Amino acid sequence: MRTFKRSYWALPYLIFMLLFVALPLVMIAVYAFTDSSGAFTLANFTRFFTTAEDLHTFAYSIEISIITTLLCLLLGYPAAWILSNSSLNRSKVTVMLFILPMWINMLIRTLATVALFDFLRLPLGEGALIFGMVYNFLPFMIYPIYNTLNKMDKSLVEAAQDLGASPVKVFTKITLPLSKSGVMSGIMMVSMPTISTFAISELLTLNKVKLLGTTIQENINNGMWNYGAAIALIMLVIIGITTLFSEGERENESGGLL
Amino acid sequence: MKKFLAQSYIWLLLAMLYAPIIIIAIYSFTEAKVLGNWTGFSLELYKNVFGGGLNSSLMKAIQNTLSIGILAALLSTMLGTVSAIGIHNLYGRKRKVMTFLNDIPMLNPDIITGISLFILFIAVGVSQGYTTILIAHVSFCTPYVILSILPKLRQLPANTYEAALDLGATPAQAMRKIIIPQIKPGIISGFILAFTLSIDDFAVTLFTKGNGGIETLSTYIYADARKGGLTPEIRPIMTLIFITVLILLIIINIRSMKNTKK
Amino acid sequence: MPKETAIIDIRHLSKSFGDKQVLKDINFYINRGEFITFLGPSGCGKTTLLRMIGGFLNPDEGEIVMDGKNMLDIPPYKRPFNTVFQRYALFPHLDVYDNIAFGLKLNKLPEDEIDAKVRKVLKMVSMSGYEDRDIDSLSGGQQQRVAIARALVNEPKVLLLDEPLSALDAKMRKDMQQELKEMHRKLGITFIFVTHDQEEALALSDTIVVFNDGVIQQIGTPTDIYNEPVNEFVADFIGESNILDGTMIEDRKVSFLGHEFECVDSGFAPNEPVDVVLRPEDLYVMSNLSKAQFTAKVLSCTFKGVFYDIMVSVDGGYELLIQDYSHFEPGSEVGVIIKPQDIQVMHKLCTTNETEAKVIDSNHLEIFGECFECLPLDAKYSTGDQVRVAIDFDKMELQDNQEDGTLCGEVYFIIYKGNHYHLTVRLDSMEHILVDTDDIWDKGDLVGISIKKENIRIIA
Repeated sequence: MRTFKRSYWALPYLIFMLLFVALPLVMIAVYAFTDSSGAFTLANFTRFFTTAEDLHTFAYSIEISIITTLLCLLLGYPAAWILSNSSLNRSKVTVMLFILPMWINMLIRTLATVALFDFLRLPLGEGALIFGMVYNFLPFMIYPIYNTLNKMDKSLVEAAQDLGASPVKVFTKITLPLSKSGVMSGIMMVSMPTISTFAISELLTLNKVKLLGTTIQENINNGMWNYGAAIALIMLVIIGITTLFSEGERENESGGLL
Repeated sequence: MKKFLAQSYIWLLLAMLYAPIIIIAIYSFTEAKVLGNWTGFSLELYKNVFGGGLNSSLMKAIQNTLSIGILAALLSTMLGTVSAIGIHNLYGRKRKVMTFLNDIPMLNPDIITGISLFILFIAVGVSQGYTTILIAHVSFCTPYVILSILPKLRQLPANTYEAALDLGATPAQAMRKIIIPQIKPGIISGFILAFTLSIDDFAVTLFTKGNGGIETLSTYIYADARKGGLTPEIRPIMTLIFITVLILLIIINIRSMKNTKK
Repeated sequence: MPKETAIIDIRHLSKSFGDKQVLKDINFYINRGEFITFLGPSGCGKTTLLRMIGGFLNPDEGEIVMDGKNMLDIPPYKRPFNTVFQRYALFPHLDVYDNIAFGLKLNKLPEDEIDAKVRKVLKMVSMSGYEDRDIDSLSGGQQQRVAIARALVNEPKVLLLDEPLSALDAKMRKDMQQELKEMHRKLGITFIFVTHDQEEALALSDTIVVFNDGVIQQIGTPTDIYNEPVNEFVADFIGESNILDGTMIEDRKVSFLGHEFECVDSGFAPNEPVDVVLRPEDLYVMSNLSKAQFTAKVLSCTFKGVFYDIMVSVDGGYELLIQDYSHFEPGSEVGVIIKPQDIQVMHKLCTTNETEAKVIDSNHLEIFGECFECLPLDAKYSTGDQVRVAIDFDKMELQDNQEDGTLCGEVYFIIYKGNHYHLTVRLDSMEHILVDTDDIWDKGDLVGISIKKENIRIIA
């Protein structure tokens, strides 16, 4: 049979992805290591690590990201656990209500937070920023943890009880270790956007607080493409390292999003 | 008791998640310029949205959002369907490479996707505008289309394609009469999903729209918000978008639930 | 050379998936109108071969010739074959009628002709009246019938059946076997049937082709294959059997179980090591010890419905399985008789593991890609020289833990030889090594193999 193989159907997409997904990422690296005339330079990086303001933004972004991630974990894990526990929650609707906001425009959600703070006559600022972040990203923490807990073989819990484990022991020795992959996924899904976001801080702090994303955007807007690319590359490297660390722990969650 | 506490916690979190959106929805029914002032129930803002009372740039932004959404969804659905069939028939390392590439746009933060495309476009010297936004949207929508079609391909009975050929169908006939009809639910879900993602996008559009003055709804809202104070008509628009997305997502979820039951 | 009666001639067919060669130079022919079965364990290459005949896979080498025409250039939709797929591959979005009419509609037959053919074939598979039913609403057996009807309605010259009965329960499988056989008789076309179920193969086929590891082990009628298996694999795979190591003393005289027996086989070298097959129903067991060829002690006696499965132990630590209609008390002494024509003597495939090795230094050799310590080598060998080494089956140690052995592998095939197990271990390098052991292992176990230096013999 000399027929056209169906696997060739992936070829156009491969070309498309190389052009519009892989190549652009390579271009970031190229721009990061060149100056505006196109000559190789490390100046973009030395500039970043010697500019006090940018370094401060960098550190601050990471701090905010860690705080947000921890808060999401603290609020989200119990929620995911309750949602997956059939004796506490039977309704699939509540699960869907938690997942739905993931698909609503982040900008709209952020502006809605601004509206909420206006409505409650609360001042915008750091507090609003952290609330807005948690509000925006909490579903991204709950969803993967819920997924892992939900897929977990319930007979494991029964087996542990049968072997004499108390509810606390069941949780610490069985449920928690087995949901590690979901927790890692959640941490990834929350920490990545919190590190990279830019509009949220602008709108929720009236531009008083700058995050790394804002710095990148400002530089790009002001024509400092190479410098912007360098910071973007640094962000990519951090994200890449975090991904690698959590890689082993993560299952493929993306397939079950719907 | 335990159940009551658990349920209270869940609903408290949900209240926190939905409060801002609900407040916007409530205040879309009053005319006050500043959100938080209730000046009596009114449908004036909705009348403005549907009655042509919007300023022309907001009107244009809405049109752009819809046309880009539909085009991007169409293109990525076509590309995604063909590619999903291709990927489904790949094995071993080739498949791993394709799935890895397919994962990148989904894992990449928006800002990175946006900036990387921005840099590509300026490096090649393409002037940015409608087309570049469209390309960008296709690039981040297609992976989701593929992900909604691949499970349908996996669910096909083993040897379906071979059976069609065996009974005398040419490869093209086998695709048209057997494979495509069976993965149609996945294709439709993929289309809806792509449309939702496209009209929802903000960051990628912001970086790929260039400075030719083209705006989509989200970039318009962003610019509006930066100027301080939202145009009041944005409130009904945001409410409508929220409800549209909600409905689309409920449709997708019901579709996928039906299918898993089968 | 294929006879006049051949419809399909398979010549030098080879196929690999990646590193794994699934078919190795396959040559045979299929007679017109026969019911031929490809039989073998999973992964033996039988389905791969069927898919090549159907046109869904291309061979790496070789040809498939039908009526003098090479089929390889013909795409599956133009081949005069139809297939009943494993798990049927019915189109779930079409009803029973449209599934069956699919091929006819593609050929643009007139409506009424299609209608007549569909109804006729539905009647043949006893499914009349099911035209409008959804595929999902049918039972496994009904889907099976629709799948057969869908293939037969196109009037193929050859019907390919890929494990079609494997999804059915035991009772329904027996019934479908009868119906298939009946259909074959009525239609008179060639059936090519793939199965891993030896009973099914014996019950249905005119000819059985036994595959293992991508190689044809034996081709023959069911009775040939059952009564005269050519090697220990076929003997073990088809039916139940006792396989023992023996020695052919001279023509018509073989020794095993520590006794000499008269047999009907000849043409072996004097004192050649052989495998001996004894079918459990061919061993005669009795309480009278004086007339017996040898005596044995009953270990267990299990009722199997018609007969008893009797395990006995024989001097020398051997165990034998005997099937008999009478009950014998465990612990009792019995006599056993084996008739000469019931002893099947087979050449051993090999008597030792022989392989190439590379000299590393004066007391190390590289064997199967790993470094082994060996006895000091003769001075004539220098680093890099190729030598041939032999390692006897019983001169290796198997380790539970792969890391404890020099070689790593997976238990691939096990034959019980009466007093020990004969294992085929597939090494990580995909090569096979044969090991005798007294310990019980299961197929698929991961093992390490270590070899003492004095057990590596240099033979050339």
